[in-house]
Amino acid sequence: MQKFDKLTGIAAPMPLINVDTDMIIPKQFLKTIKRSGLGVNLFDEMRYDGDGAEIPDFVLNKPQYREAEILVTGDNFGCGSSREHAPWALLDFGIRCVIAPSFADIFYNNCFKNGILPIALPQEQVDILMKDAEKGANARMDIDLEAQTITTSDGEVVRFDIDPFRKHCLINGLDDIALTLEKAPAIDAFEARAAAARPWV
Amino acid sequence: MSPKTLYDKIWDAHLVDEAEDGSSLLYIDRHLVHEVTSPQAFEGLRMTGRKVRNPQNTIAVPDHNVPTTPDRVDGIKNEESRIQVEALDRNAQDFGVNYYPVSDIRQGIVHIVGPEQGWTLPGMTVVCGDSHTATHGAFGALAHGIGTSEVEHVLATQTLIQQKSKNMKVEITGKLRPGVTAKDITMAVIGATGTAGGTGHVIEYCGEAIRELSMEGRMTVCNMAIEGGARAGLIAPDEKTFDYVKGRPHAPKGAQWEAALAWWKTLYSDPDAHWDKVVTIRGEDIAPLVTWGTSPEDVLPITANVPAPEDFTGGKVDAARRALEYMGLTAGQPLSDVEIDTVFIGSCTNGRIEDLRAAAKVLKGKKVKEGLRAMIVPGSGLVRAQAEEEGLAEIFTEAGFEWRLAGCSMCLAMNPDQLAPGERCAATSNRNFEGRQGRGGRTHLMSPAMAAAAAVTGKLTDVREMM
Repeated sequence: MQKFDKLTGIAAPMPLINVDTDMIIPKQFLKTIKRSGLGVNLFDEMRYDGDGAEIPDFVLNKPQYREAEILVTGDNFGCGSSREHAPWALLDFGIRCVIAPSFADIFYNNCFKNGILPIALPQEQVDILMKDAEKGANARMDIDLEAQTITTSDGEVVRFDIDPFRKHCLINGLDDIALTLEKAPAIDAFEARAAAARPWV
Repeated sequence: MSPKTLYDKIWDAHLVDEAEDGSSLLYIDRHLVHEVTSPQAFEGLRMTGRKVRNPQNTIAVPDHNVPTTPDRVDGIKNEESRIQVEALDRNAQDFGVNYYPVSDIRQGIVHIVGPEQGWTLPGMTVVCGDSHTATHGAFGALAHGIGTSEVEHVLATQTLIQQKSKNMKVEITGKLRPGVTAKDITMAVIGATGTAGGTGHVIEYCGEAIRELSMEGRMTVCNMAIEGGARAGLIAPDEKTFDYVKGRPHAPKGAQWEAALAWWKTLYSDPDAHWDKVVTIRGEDIAPLVTWGTSPEDVLPITANVPAPEDFTGGKVDAARRALEYMGLTAGQPLSDVEIDTVFIGSCTNGRIEDLRAAAKVLKGKKVKEGLRAMIVPGSGLVRAQAEEEGLAEIFTEAGFEWRLAGCSMCLAMNPDQLAPGERCAATSNRNFEGRQGRGGRTHLMSPAMAAAAAVTGKLTDVREMM
């Protein structure tokens, strides 16, 4: 997994609540058997019209946000389907960090498996960052995961919380499966206990 | 010992390891797999030379992409869909997991097949790369959706790295009124709590109205826990649960059944257990509901009018404006005046035999409104066979419904069953998101009886007027 420690990038404002994973990547793109190549279809139905032409008003189609690496958005981002194609599409487009007042659980979890940092902040602080993002390409935010800070283009510093285990994995780009396989003796022991206690499983 | 919730009890019984930072390793009893969220996970195993740790507890079935028309016996025409289903065929074979291919009568929607075959049992942990895994919580199993990286993790280790969720109690007191169903309960809860109301929580549904529901109704309730933001919904097992499970192909038998039953009977929340959040709804207050917008929280009784954006506050004002425009509705318009083009009855929410019986009861001796497209997609091949045996299929076809083969179908429109832009659908599925049933498609969620009533009149209809 790609590591995440520091990021300086353009933040795109998307002040919508309840952005669901069907919006992030519609189902017709879930037929792939790969993880890559989904960036072009990120937010497909908001980004392109029925004929496939770009909708100029959509934030990621605006010249100043085409290279955005940070998304600032509304409550309950990533709700709905568990599709990991949503973080894959964000990552493939180039988004490495999503900032919102809240996230849906499964999406939030999926981000960490793909080197994307989701940051949940109180609405007032998201409002400050949203204003900053609205300035366009000159508004580059600095994100420092080690220090758990976001610095706006005006130098305002916003602190964020993150679970220590997830932070550790993200900073070091750790593979969960390899970590868990180190605990194989504990899994073996559990299975032996469970086989005695619940033999019908 | 301190009092525990049902969730606490299942969690404790599956804890493999607890790290100092609060992250836990949870053992997974059943891993359900479908073709859309698994190919990258199996590929990951191949690339790292890893095996499936417990293939005997891994169950795969193709459902999202499969066509539901009879010509599917000739193969899947859409190339990408076909490749994805063939990948599952191959992965199931190579890794030796339990498999129900398209040609098997037991094939169907993974969340209908699991309980039907007795794979889902009380007190288990059940996961699947699908958010509607919450369905299995109806058995008192801790069941939730996971992403593809986690699918790979469970395949390789039979465990999941988890943080414990909070406990939320949703109590539905009293009795339901005539015409009100499990679907209305679960929609009423989402309407009351919002789509993020359960975020970070596991919901336990309880109360008289829940106890009165059949197992199938309970599955409908738990299925949509995720639409309220909770990864998992639970209902404590009782005699109805045990009766449903008994005799199913993969349910325990003989002495093992007795041992299982003894443990299952301990699976309930202790009377003074701690709840982080409690929601109580009176069963008598729930009316037949429909959605008007593009979020499952946008629910109203069928007797209500379309709301105005100004009726809301905060970010919901803009969201409601956007939803009304997308849905082509005007504030103040009676919901029962809204004309529809299509009816879809099916999905893991409402594709079981009791759902079909409820629809048939409304449709018997009636005709689908002229010009309307109407389809019924049973949740599994066995549900389909049962409906044919009971004469329900005949009622549907005589009324003018298409009688399809099993699959997810128009719930998410990955197969050819899709809405055209602007097409308006009365659907028994679980999501009314923009584009969910096809780009530009307009979805109104409701119960099977309500969808059947809409098919007859051609508009959103109060089923109580037809009872």
